[in-house]
Amino acid sequence: MASSLVSPYPTSSFIRNKKDLGFSAFPCTSQIAIQKCKKQVSKKIVSVMAPQQSERKPATTGSVKTGMTMTEKILARASEKPQLSPGDNVWVNVDILMTHDVCGPGSIGIFKKEFGENAKVWDREKVVIIPDHYIFTTDERANRNVDILRDFCMEQNIKYFYDIKDLGNFKANPDYKGVCHVALAQEGHCRPGEVLLGTDSHTCTAGAFGQFATGIGNTDAGFVLGAGKLLLKVPPTLRFVMDGEMPPYLLAKDLILQIIGEISVAGATYKSMEFVGTTVESLNMEERMTLCNMVVEAGGKNGVVPADSTTFKYLEDKTSLPYEPVYSDAHASFLSEYRFDISKLEPLVAKPHSPDNRALARECKDVKIDRVYIGSCTGGKTEDFLAAAKVFLASGKKVKVPTFLVPATQKVWLDLYTLPVPGSGGKTCSQIFEEAGCDTPASPSCGACLGGPKDTYARMNEPKVCVSTTNRNFPGRMGHKEGQIYLASPYTAAASAVTGYVTDPREFLQ
Amino acid sequence: MAASLIRTSYSSAFAFSTSKASVFSPSVSPPSIKVPTFSPTVKPLSSTVAPHAACAISLTTRATLTPSSVPSDTLTTTFHGLCYVVGDNIDTDQIIPAEYLTLVPSNPAEYEKLGSYALIGLPSSYDTRFIEPNETKTKYSIVIGGANFGCGSSREHAPVALGAAGAKAVVAESYARIFFRNSVATGEVYPLESEVRLCEECKTGDVVTIELGESRLINHSTGKEYKLKPIGDAGPVIDAGGIFAYARKTGMIPSESN
Repeated sequence: MASSLVSPYPTSSFIRNKKDLGFSAFPCTSQIAIQKCKKQVSKKIVSVMAPQQSERKPATTGSVKTGMTMTEKILARASEKPQLSPGDNVWVNVDILMTHDVCGPGSIGIFKKEFGENAKVWDREKVVIIPDHYIFTTDERANRNVDILRDFCMEQNIKYFYDIKDLGNFKANPDYKGVCHVALAQEGHCRPGEVLLGTDSHTCTAGAFGQFATGIGNTDAGFVLGAGKLLLKVPPTLRFVMDGEMPPYLLAKDLILQIIGEISVAGATYKSMEFVGTTVESLNMEERMTLCNMVVEAGGKNGVVPADSTTFKYLEDKTSLPYEPVYSDAHASFLSEYRFDISKLEPLVAKPHSPDNRALARECKDVKIDRVYIGSCTGGKTEDFLAAAKVFLASGKKVKVPTFLVPATQKVWLDLYTLPVPGSGGKTCSQIFEEAGCDTPASPSCGACLGGPKDTYARMNEPKVCVSTTNRNFPGRMGHKEGQIYLASPYTAAASAVTGYVTDPREFLQ
Repeated sequence: MAASLIRTSYSSAFAFSTSKASVFSPSVSPPSIKVPTFSPTVKPLSSTVAPHAACAISLTTRATLTPSSVPSDTLTTTFHGLCYVVGDNIDTDQIIPAEYLTLVPSNPAEYEKLGSYALIGLPSSYDTRFIEPNETKTKYSIVIGGANFGCGSSREHAPVALGAAGAKAVVAESYARIFFRNSVATGEVYPLESEVRLCEECKTGDVVTIELGESRLINHSTGKEYKLKPIGDAGPVIDAGGIFAYARKTGMIPSESN
């Protein structure tokens, strides 16, 4: 909702588009809101091309006068409007509202104040409450916050509340899941074409399912709890086309670090980021989640990956609710398009203290590290641990630094102990981790990704150098203000643990 | 009702309508909109204080007060006081470190505590702290920032902490969207955008006046004046008194809470 400059000339060749098609494929210019480029934004673009002039797919929202992007279409349908353009402010119906232990109590407080002490939520089946941030701690306020969630859920008869009572043994809590964004996916709450809002910046993770998902604050959440809708401004879309086969040493984390390094931490502010191309199509759901997860680190409002057979297969056993995917029109207008030849990319890190402080992992090989952290919604999913295990297996060596493993959810934890790691002769991740000398996988939660109460497992309480699969490395992120955090993929994190220095995983994988 | 606000007195409320509890005016005693349990030490602007602060009063009383329905008086609002200057990409962890997020903003005592930790996450390279070591409030009512202010988390605790500490407005070169949105929604700080890098033009401790109606910032310590950007699409929401008031005004939700 910041003030915006109006510019009829985006960086991509939409003008050509306009001429070719003989009609205005370009929405009314006065409605385009384009964020002014900041000085710090790298103006270097990898390569910019016009969008593909492919066969126009039938629109799912009825007759469409002008092409719309996926995000525009989802918001149009959710606001019951036939046509939307970037910059429009519309009331959007919400399909799912998620909150957790840190922001839930505050949102509930506002809901009650504004709608009344006896007010009921707009739909008891559309509110998903997931304690995950400060769970395994003796901090009384943190514990109390989970109790506040429970009281509210009981009073409102909330259908989906992933409760935890026994903090000493997470397995004793049948409902407890763990990290909200991973739980949302695993429990089937993410569906193509829908609108999902959450009181957490990484709510954008769900965009991997081809839906509009973004983070909101307590006040907005309090509003949604009562009204079931929210005033949202339609963002323009940046398109990222990634083609080529994923090299065996790269993961989605490297792709998103590449992009953030390219456009900066404010490069996508107020914009939607759409990820397409053969590489994206080859990614499994958890990798797509990693990609969309860090959209917020580029300032993005939301990220989207078009739903396809991979998506549908993932959802088969998770949800029985009907859904209708949407896809960008062939002649939709994108603010810019970036193309990447994946085969040319190399493993990356984001050096302290910014997610856009991109560097090649191999160029940081002299950076001695003190610890490695593998966890969070970004890098603590089953696929992330399988990846780390692959590197430990390939190296055959023991880690040189404390290596903390925090599975995102109960299901991930279970996978570590049951899934066989390909090429290991039937070993599980947990066995490989044990042989490598890693710490025992911890209780599933957000853990030390964001520091947390002082007794949080793996919290950085002294200035240390850490390679982490998490999402942010601003000063103090994991606890200590002078801590140095290198963001990396699980491959890079595992490789670094083995050598004790920031290490390119090609040392072990080729 | 021209009003030049003196920052020293927290009890002299001032109007800016981002708040659901837009309370008018500075030197004149507030009109009928008055939260009964309002005490001079509590910043009246914050409607998030209301629920528990008002627990001594009945709900119907609170409902009829509906401070959020008071429209703003943007044209005559000014902010005046010392400014605190920070750089680019000040993320939410620096504004309010995650360990303090167990504090619930809608709880008045915890709201105050949040304020006492505002900007405590800034690195030690910031010699002058936003809040002095033994204080719980800031003496700087205006925060001047660089690009991408408030990036990182969606935690509403960030603008709340600033507001609870005593900041009235932030003037940044640009904002991260969730922080901007939360500032508008809570009314804790008025989020303004400058045309130039004020963070390079101003120093911590400079005396500054912001005239909203004129979209102007005056630095009395340097004698320079700067143009501020218009608030844009957030204007109608702010003018109505926040998202709830705006929704009531436009008929999106019922006009009274039950």
